[in-house]
Amino acid sequence: MNQNPVFRVVAKILFAPIIMFGLYVQFHGDFGPGGGFQAGVIIAAAFILHALVFGLQAGRQIISARVNLWMMVLGVTIYGAVGIVSMAKGGLFLDYTALTGSVGSGQHIGILVVEFGVGLTVTSVMLALFHAFAGFVEDRAND
Amino acid sequence: MMGAAILTNLPALLVVVPLLLAPFSAVLPIAGLAWVLALVGTGISFLAALMLQSVTENGVRISYHLGNWEPPWGIEFVVDSASSLTLVVMSALGFLATLAARRLVAIEIADKDSGKFYAAWLLVVGGLFGLVMTADAFNLFVFLEISALASVILIGTGAGTDRRALVAGYHYLVIGAVGATFYVIGVGFVYAITGTLNMGDMASRLPDAAGGAALYVGFGFMVAGMLVKAAIFPVHIWLPAAYGYAPSAVSTLLAAIATKAALYVLARIFFTIFGGTPDIVDIALSNIIVPLAVGGIFVGTIMAIYEADIKKMFAHSSVAQIGYIALGLALATPAGISAGFIHIGNHALIKGGIFMAIGGFVAALGARASLETITGIGRRMPITATAFLICGLSLAGLPLTAGFISKLYLVRAILETDSYAILALVLISSALSVVYLWKVMEVMWMQPAPARSPKLIENPAIYLPLWMVALGNIWFGIDASWIVGAARLAATALLGGGA
Repeated sequence: MNQNPVFRVVAKILFAPIIMFGLYVQFHGDFGPGGGFQAGVIIAAAFILHALVFGLQAGRQIISARVNLWMMVLGVTIYGAVGIVSMAKGGLFLDYTALTGSVGSGQHIGILVVEFGVGLTVTSVMLALFHAFAGFVEDRAND
Repeated sequence: MMGAAILTNLPALLVVVPLLLAPFSAVLPIAGLAWVLALVGTGISFLAALMLQSVTENGVRISYHLGNWEPPWGIEFVVDSASSLTLVVMSALGFLATLAARRLVAIEIADKDSGKFYAAWLLVVGGLFGLVMTADAFNLFVFLEISALASVILIGTGAGTDRRALVAGYHYLVIGAVGATFYVIGVGFVYAITGTLNMGDMASRLPDAAGGAALYVGFGFMVAGMLVKAAIFPVHIWLPAAYGYAPSAVSTLLAAIATKAALYVLARIFFTIFGGTPDIVDIALSNIIVPLAVGGIFVGTIMAIYEADIKKMFAHSSVAQIGYIALGLALATPAGISAGFIHIGNHALIKGGIFMAIGGFVAALGARASLETITGIGRRMPITATAFLICGLSLAGLPLTAGFISKLYLVRAILETDSYAILALVLISSALSVVYLWKVMEVMWMQPAPARSPKLIENPAIYLPLWMVALGNIWFGIDASWIVGAARLAATALLGGGA
């Protein structure tokens, strides 16, 4: 596919807007439909489109398998850390109100940070799944 | 301040610690460090479970609101005498299995995969703890999936030594997914009737709800789904292959704790969720669960007699032992349920020890343990084989071992209900179980090792945890007061809490 100019141009034009839309869905998540899971899938779709058009190797140059693994871990850790911090501040696990002490700001910050963690992990897991299946034959040959 | 925060959050920590350590284990490059992380995770869980048990010993019921959302809107964790006993048993054996895993995993799993292996290990453990504590019917499904998918990974890692592990893992994945789906369908029906997912709330609304057929369908699907997960005959077929071809460390962990959680959930469904509608539960227990449990006891025992592969033999025997636990729970009397809980604990000790010992044999032999390869191993590996003998005797129910206590209380509970046919069947099956145990012991101890076979090296990293379990079998056979008392409280909590 990487020889076809139509694909190359369209992929280049769409790449940034898809990520923008993903971020919109991400930050919309605390007060409306949206959130980390949907946003993660959308952002991952941008990278998957890039890898489909320019090849798996090009995709891996942007986010290597190693970095991707760390992103998964980081996302889960961010989520868990919110829970741990709320416990350390005297609340229950994932009690956002305990983060700042007030319902308004606590719930707002809590859900944003948690959704960010979810988004990060979903993006990287989607990418890992894509590369695991798409690169199955190649990786076999390289082993 | 910090101490108080830890104490109030113990139920959450029990799940959070293993689940949050898992991703770190996945990125650790050194196998030894990943193991330390797994050991720390299971160790902390064990301590937390012990503390929870000490609190709930006096019949206290802890209700933990995740995110400080009041149930029934939010997800609730409930720890009472029944769940805390199950948690202590599972976390203790989880910790001991992790202790023994270091050497077994180093032999059977490639070094570069160890980090991810222990990550899946921690996910199984954390998921199972959540399964036991959660009081939210849908949240239970989430934990079910976490632990089941991670178990599939663990079983599949056996492919490094035996590629049949992949098929076994795949079967477990498909059959387990069917079970989990059934459970969710059932929850859907009950949710449609009651409009709530909280178990306590369901229990209080079900008696007055005009459920009609939907109630029966929902109940049937929920129970059928959990029967698959608990590996109760005839939906146990995934278990022998899964335990048989998984790496030795995984067989130990799964055999000791995995089906226990599902059995506990079954008890929760019968006595907590549907505790207010005893007519359905009684029909299901006496007409379906009791016959299935007895059937499982016989099928498992007979399959074990005809099996030549040692790991699969004891996997079949697990099916039979799960039958004993289910039979105890299905009697639905305080004595029966406490007999079930006693055997949950004792069977975890017995099978944990047996699979650890088999792991030791496999590690030293470098081959699958079958009746042929372990000929005369009693003299070639005396330390491991003696511990195996103790656990084997406990499985048969010899006095002064934990297995005897289980059988004793089960028989007592059956006598109380005057069901002599079941009693006869249980006694016959116990006698039959001696047949396969004798087959193994005879080969191990009475037959000479093949000529010029060297003495095998026994690794303390495997036999020390093994001996802890074996001594546990003797300890709880001589002084069973702790587990008997805890099981009695568990039965009271289950029967009293639901109605």
